[in-house]
Amino acid sequence: MDVAVLGGGNAGLCAALAARQTGASVLVLEGAPKEFRGGNSRHTRNLRSMHDSPTDLLVDAYTEDEFIADLLRVTAGKTNELLARRVVRDSAGCPAWIRSFGARLQPPLKGTLHLDRTNVFFLGGGKALMNSYYAAAERSGIRVCYDAQIVGIDFVDGRIRSVLVREPRRTATIAAKAFVLASGGFESNLEWLKEYWGEAADHFIIRGTPYNTGTVLKLMLDQGAHPIGDPTQFHAVAIDARAPKFDGGIVTRLDCISLGIVVNRNAQRFYDEGEDLWPKRYAIWGRLVAQQPDQIAYSIIDAKSASLFMPSVFPPKTASTIADLARQLELPPEPLERTVAQFNAAVRTGSFNHAVLDDCRTLGVTPEKTHWARPIDTPPFWGYPLRPGITFTYLGLKVDERARVLMTTGEPANNVFAAGEIMAGNILGQGYVAGVGMTIGTVFGRIAGAEAGALAVA
Amino acid sequence: MLSPDRLRHGSRETGRSAAKEETLAQGQHVMTVCNACRYCEAYCPVFQAMENRTSFAKGDVLYLANLCHNCGECLYACQYAPPHEFGINVPRTLAEARLASYEEYCWPRFMSGLFRRNGVMLSLAISVVSMIVVWFFVRSSDARGDFYAVIPHDLMVGAFGLAASLVVVSLMIGVARALSSFSGPALSGPSAGGPERPTLRAITDALTLRHLHATGEDCTRDVETRSPWRRYFHHCTFYGFALCFASTSVAAVYHAGFGWRAPYAYVSVPVVLGTIGGIGLVVGPLGLLAQYRARDLALKDPAQSSMDLSFIVMLLMTSVTGLLLLLLRDSTMMPPVLVIHLGFVLGLFLTLPYSKFVHGIYRMAALLKFSSEQK
Repeated sequence: MDVAVLGGGNAGLCAALAARQTGASVLVLEGAPKEFRGGNSRHTRNLRSMHDSPTDLLVDAYTEDEFIADLLRVTAGKTNELLARRVVRDSAGCPAWIRSFGARLQPPLKGTLHLDRTNVFFLGGGKALMNSYYAAAERSGIRVCYDAQIVGIDFVDGRIRSVLVREPRRTATIAAKAFVLASGGFESNLEWLKEYWGEAADHFIIRGTPYNTGTVLKLMLDQGAHPIGDPTQFHAVAIDARAPKFDGGIVTRLDCISLGIVVNRNAQRFYDEGEDLWPKRYAIWGRLVAQQPDQIAYSIIDAKSASLFMPSVFPPKTASTIADLARQLELPPEPLERTVAQFNAAVRTGSFNHAVLDDCRTLGVTPEKTHWARPIDTPPFWGYPLRPGITFTYLGLKVDERARVLMTTGEPANNVFAAGEIMAGNILGQGYVAGVGMTIGTVFGRIAGAEAGALAVA
Repeated sequence: MLSPDRLRHGSRETGRSAAKEETLAQGQHVMTVCNACRYCEAYCPVFQAMENRTSFAKGDVLYLANLCHNCGECLYACQYAPPHEFGINVPRTLAEARLASYEEYCWPRFMSGLFRRNGVMLSLAISVVSMIVVWFFVRSSDARGDFYAVIPHDLMVGAFGLAASLVVVSLMIGVARALSSFSGPALSGPSAGGPERPTLRAITDALTLRHLHATGEDCTRDVETRSPWRRYFHHCTFYGFALCFASTSVAAVYHAGFGWRAPYAYVSVPVVLGTIGGIGLVVGPLGLLAQYRARDLALKDPAQSSMDLSFIVMLLMTSVTGLLLLLLRDSTMMPPVLVIHLGFVLGLFLTLPYSKFVHGIYRMAALLKFSSEQK
């Protein structure tokens, strides 16, 4: 085999297809069974793409400078600007690349019109995109092995000679001339998360695939690959506590936080629920809930807000009194009544408008709620339990602009390339902006695949 | 077919209504997950109609079920498809809800069990019985080229008129029940952004099967396997049926209005319409049968396979014997072939309101509602 790609998500498939285009023979080792193939990409829905003038899918323009500025803002400068600029420039060609494999794109979904200038959407979502890529891979003669877990890497003299693969019925050694590492982060490895978060990690919910165990990442770090990104950090949002432990994806989100109050296990508020507009407010609450006792919190709204947010997949607990709601949520009733009463007394009602930072706020309660504050006084009252839902981890492998994995010596490994979540930390040192993960995966998948293919056939 | 199991357990009705409750509950579960996800929004009207709702009562599920063409795109695209613990399979779940809707709207209601039991054997048996009954009225068994010498015209008109009236009444009651059951945003006149003439739009959607290729590409049969043939064969079947119906209508006008008696010349309007229609009604059902067998099992509701197959077989039998009758009408074989053909036509008519045929009228009702609720 010329090129072996470790991981069958978006970055892995882009790498495989790009490597195949160089004429190399390609093998994809996907850790998941066929039904769950595609890593976290199966839960995605769009990709951020720059363009200087309107396209058939995107309005106006989204220039290189604006895209870079967005990246610098969300990462607070924690980005390798050389690599970031490469991602941004190449993002312009991503829609055409995607379509060249038969995958279909569409304008934004309803309710995501704020992305109509920046993001192209996959018709049917990321799993449909992955189906198209897998079908294209099959057509072009790329071999795919499912249920193929990497358990060892034979790394000698700056090159991978082979990998040890555990499949359901056998363990095999697979040699290749070049390797692309596209196996994602380590967010589904709870033991690893516990190294930084202790027992709290037991209460984390992983929004994506259970197959992102970070094994390849760890094996490479053990061989002296240069780490990048804060290992303790992850991107998390507050999701419904009743979500499945893994793979709950998009539907477990709750966007009612800003419409009411959020209390912890002790029925105490702990943060300004009206601080910022979506999506920023969406992204800070995962961490906030993770810092509360037992890593749980409760969003409480009243009938006035019940129809103002996306329908939830799990039904709310409903009650005609706050005390009854507290009992249903297993919260102490009197403290919750006190918290709600104090909050209601502090509300200074203005003209409510959920689409802007409005003038409904509290005065004289700690913490204050700075926008969208309305008294919680109209039954039925609704309550949702919240847990931190982890999207991805930031720790990765340092790469150069050719996607070569760099060692702690500063030298690149000879035949090892990386793409996707395993190296996204080079560009995304912290924070997130919608659809950029898929852009990084597509751009660096193509780079890594082309480099690996060229090296192998040379 | 009756299963021995069901006969043993006296409470068949109870069992069926429990199964229906389960079907509706699954429909609600599926639509609740879908409505929180919405990735499939651009595939078809099921998801667009879903987004106009925040909860899913029985009438909503039955309405959405009749908007679904069972193409499969949304199953293959679904991050929550089995074996995921959410177990979302929209095409299969809505297929099951569709069958529940046929039973729900059926008139008379005690016939509703037939949708599950209207198998090939039952339809054929009804046709054979019809043939035997028709045979009793045969006046002459060696008349060549003159249908009415074999079966008197008035008898033919009387029998088929009665059967057709029963069918029409039954279907009209069904549609009325469907339209009053479909819940959600109220039926109203055109609103900004919706089609200007919603009724016309619904009719053209139905006649072109627009939503089987709504994204600009045809729908799937399996993962990433798109083909227009299901649509083409459905068109052959539908328009074949319509041409046969038109042929009969023209013939009726010829007979009653002008006193021209059948059989008509090979190049006459009724025969040309009937021949083209009959060929369509052979090619279409055969093609649909092939498509049906090639489809991914995950998309199908096995409880409906006998209903689907039976309708295809009855259409085929009707068209094949009709074409045969045309070929043999001047031979001595004409009288028995006429009896066989009339038997199949009568069998088709009698089973029509309890067969796959009803999918068309409930789909039409759902499309009417859909085009009227577009904002």
